[in-house]
Amino acid sequence: MDLQVRSETLYFAWRNTKLRVGLSVVLFFVALTFIGPLLTDYAPYDYVGPAAQPPSPEYWFGTTIFGQDVFTQFVMGLKATFQVGIIGGGLGTLLGILIGFTAGYRGGLVDEILNIFTNIVLVIPTLAILLIIAAYLEVRGILTESVFIGCTAWPWAARAIRAQTFSLRTREFVDLARLSGMNVWRIIMTEIAPNMMSYLLLVFILQFGGAVLIAATLDFIGLGPTNAVSLGLMMNNAVLWGALLLGMWWWFIPPGLAIMAIVGALYVTNVGLDEVFSPKLREM
Amino acid sequence: MRRYFGRKLLIYVLTFFLAVTIDWLIPRFMPGDPVQTMLSRAALHAEAREVMYGYYVRAFGLDVPLWQQYLNFWNALFHGDLGTSVYLFPQPVVKVIMRAVPYDILLLLPAILLSWFAGNHFGAIAARTRWLDNTLLPVGYILTATPYMWLGILLAWVFGIVLGIFPIAGAYSFELRPHLSGAFLASLLKHWFLPFASIFLVKFGGWAIGMRNMIIYELESDYAHYLEALGTPRKLIRKYAFRNAILPQITGLALDLGVIVAGALVTEVVFSYPGIGYLILQAIQNQDYFLIQGCFLFIIIGVLLANFAIDIAYVIVDPRTRLGMTGEGA
Amino acid sequence: MSLQVEELTVYYQTLKGDVRALEEATFRVADGEIMGLAGESGCGKSTLANSLILLKPPMRLVKGRVTLDGEELPIHDMERMNSYRFERISIIPQYAMNALNPTQKIGKIIADLVRWRQVDFDDILPELKRRLDLVHLSYDVLDMYPIELSGGMKQRVVMVLSTLLNPSLLLADEITSALDVSSQKAVMEMLVSFRGWEFVRSVIVITHDLSILYQVADSILIMYAGQLAEKASTVAIIRAPRHPYTRMLISSLPEVGVKHAERRLTGIPGTPPLLLNPPEGCRFRERCPVAFEKCVDVPPFIQIEPGHFVACWKEFETNARA
Repeated sequence: MDLQVRSETLYFAWRNTKLRVGLSVVLFFVALTFIGPLLTDYAPYDYVGPAAQPPSPEYWFGTTIFGQDVFTQFVMGLKATFQVGIIGGGLGTLLGILIGFTAGYRGGLVDEILNIFTNIVLVIPTLAILLIIAAYLEVRGILTESVFIGCTAWPWAARAIRAQTFSLRTREFVDLARLSGMNVWRIIMTEIAPNMMSYLLLVFILQFGGAVLIAATLDFIGLGPTNAVSLGLMMNNAVLWGALLLGMWWWFIPPGLAIMAIVGALYVTNVGLDEVFSPKLREM
Repeated sequence: MRRYFGRKLLIYVLTFFLAVTIDWLIPRFMPGDPVQTMLSRAALHAEAREVMYGYYVRAFGLDVPLWQQYLNFWNALFHGDLGTSVYLFPQPVVKVIMRAVPYDILLLLPAILLSWFAGNHFGAIAARTRWLDNTLLPVGYILTATPYMWLGILLAWVFGIVLGIFPIAGAYSFELRPHLSGAFLASLLKHWFLPFASIFLVKFGGWAIGMRNMIIYELESDYAHYLEALGTPRKLIRKYAFRNAILPQITGLALDLGVIVAGALVTEVVFSYPGIGYLILQAIQNQDYFLIQGCFLFIIIGVLLANFAIDIAYVIVDPRTRLGMTGEGA
Repeated sequence: MSLQVEELTVYYQTLKGDVRALEEATFRVADGEIMGLAGESGCGKSTLANSLILLKPPMRLVKGRVTLDGEELPIHDMERMNSYRFERISIIPQYAMNALNPTQKIGKIIADLVRWRQVDFDDILPELKRRLDLVHLSYDVLDMYPIELSGGMKQRVVMVLSTLLNPSLLLADEITSALDVSSQKAVMEMLVSFRGWEFVRSVIVITHDLSILYQVADSILIMYAGQLAEKASTVAIIRAPRHPYTRMLISSLPEVGVKHAERRLTGIPGTPPLLLNPPEGCRFRERCPVAFEKCVDVPPFIQIEPGHFVACWKEFETNARA
């Protein structure tokens, strides 16, 4: 990418409303994740005060039925959400890249086998696998959860990347590199990958969002981390301890709202980026 | 066409094989001998422990070589033996699950099909109506990004607690016994509505956005430009575009089944709706591992069957698969 | 009568401003004339063709009028143009091989298209079969899906379909660019036959490859950077070109009648100006060996000999002196 193309991309990026709105929301929550813990003196499971208090100047998001501070749990849960997204989504993307690149670049029998494997993992409901693994793990951390999510989330990314590699592989500059005797990995790293960077970024964003949603699902049915707080776990607790019947909306609204806002903003960012990267979609 | 189905079947058979293997493998190779823990942790009466132990010897055969254990597991599976539920002792797992399955079908089938049809039609309309597009797009993205359980919780809170219009727990009123009567069906429908609505809404957003994007993509394709240059009315071009855009949406439906199932599971948890999802929650809370494993297999089988049904639908809609001229969706 | 284009000016709207792709194009295509329209890629030839049949955003009609058989075409009005498209003016697009909806049988596509024109498919079927026969296609293709046909077959189907209602004017947009030399020749000859069989009256053949025009075109119109440079009979363009750009184009062709690759058209030193902010005056002047002060004004496109139009100040000067 030369300077002209790069500055043009930035220009369109700045002009794109979807991208601006989406990124702002995501950045807001990122900032909250870092600043939030500084604004609270409690640990997430500390019993800090009266039970079931609605939001007040003292307890911004109210307290749980046990008298824990919802705001503290919330900002800690945000951190867990971003961790799962980055690790799980990152791993999913990485595996997708590895398998997709290999299949698309090598073709033939390797492609055939990887393709069948990808399709198998694609058919199995991710959650079912995670369910059975998580059920047998006695101690579960956010890292374990993220790794398992990443290990099951890659198939669609692999499929998409395979198709992209396929089309790039047949381009002239790759042939040229091959003829000049470069080795496979160098060709992939120097010729193919740079041409796919923007696409990989989009894949990562979608994987990030997917990982966050799956983690919330796992946490909600009680298979989340056993040693940390997460947004899904907050909702799980709220439902289990009757927050609905007691009308304690401050307990279950913030965690779900945050997930929705973050994932939704990521999707919108994705559409915005797509428009920026592919000139055909740029709004006139 | 034979090639198309042959390939699909191969993948499904392999998937099933892999799933069963995982089901067998995980309890054995997880750290800390979970089979033992399972036995000791389960709050069993002496009688139960005996039956459980008998099952282990039969199906798991802990004293025979591994390969023999594996074969035994398959054998038990083919005899419909998935073990005994701890939490609902002494009912066999298969029976417990079979009781839940009708509720899943009742919930999932309408939610999936209706959201798919409605989303596709709405998306197609949005693609040609500017104001609708501008409102639908943000709403659609928000809906697809909403965690199923949270939408469920919100609906339960607003319509169940605050407005008090709908019940928020169970599949029918606790005062009724299942039987064929107007009162029972009405109760069933009332309990069904909110969980259905949460799944429907989340999926609706996804399909609508997908369709809208596909239509716009199709309208930019060469054949659409050609038709336009020949002065074909917009109506006909859109008809072609819709027909073509539906195809990836069918493939998308197959790809999305896993996610929808996950969504249904948590929705059932929110509404204590007695399907497999709710059962899984119970099983997890009671550490009923056989039940969890059984649910896992049933979900896999259900998803495989659904995939196969979608494949058949795809062949009917896309002439190219009939001619064996495309690997689409393979 | 046939086609009369007057001062046609079309810009593309972009975020950075107007791309001035076509400026003040004025020319005629006579009844029965096959006119070649040539120039480097990005010179505005496709813009010109498209604005005759499908002028839609981001294209914007700045000014000009187009008359076909004495009747003004409402080219700016997408809806009203519909009754002229296909019946009076038609196109074989560049992407002819992908121009057919992949999920419909070819017969069904054609039936859908003509039904809209109040033509019953059964009435037109015998003629359709006759024409398929003329282009060496079995009428079994009507019962096939486009993917069952080879690229060449699809292109012939499109040629038959585009001309089925005997339009006055046919635009053939780069229809040979994807073909090998022998197929190119066959397709161009087929186009000439179409005129002979009176499937079409006049044809504009748009191409970046001058060499394919030699055998088939009656006249050639050369464009450069959105401006018309020269129009004359094929013989005049080849034997006695008057615009310096045409002269350079022709002299860079080693031998008439041989197939030439695209690079020959770009084999002239320098590059065409960007059309976002094109220089004032003659846009060729940066690369022109004979440019002088006068060239900062736009030269008019005028007839210097019967049927020979050119836009070059130097040429006008020479002519005036002679």
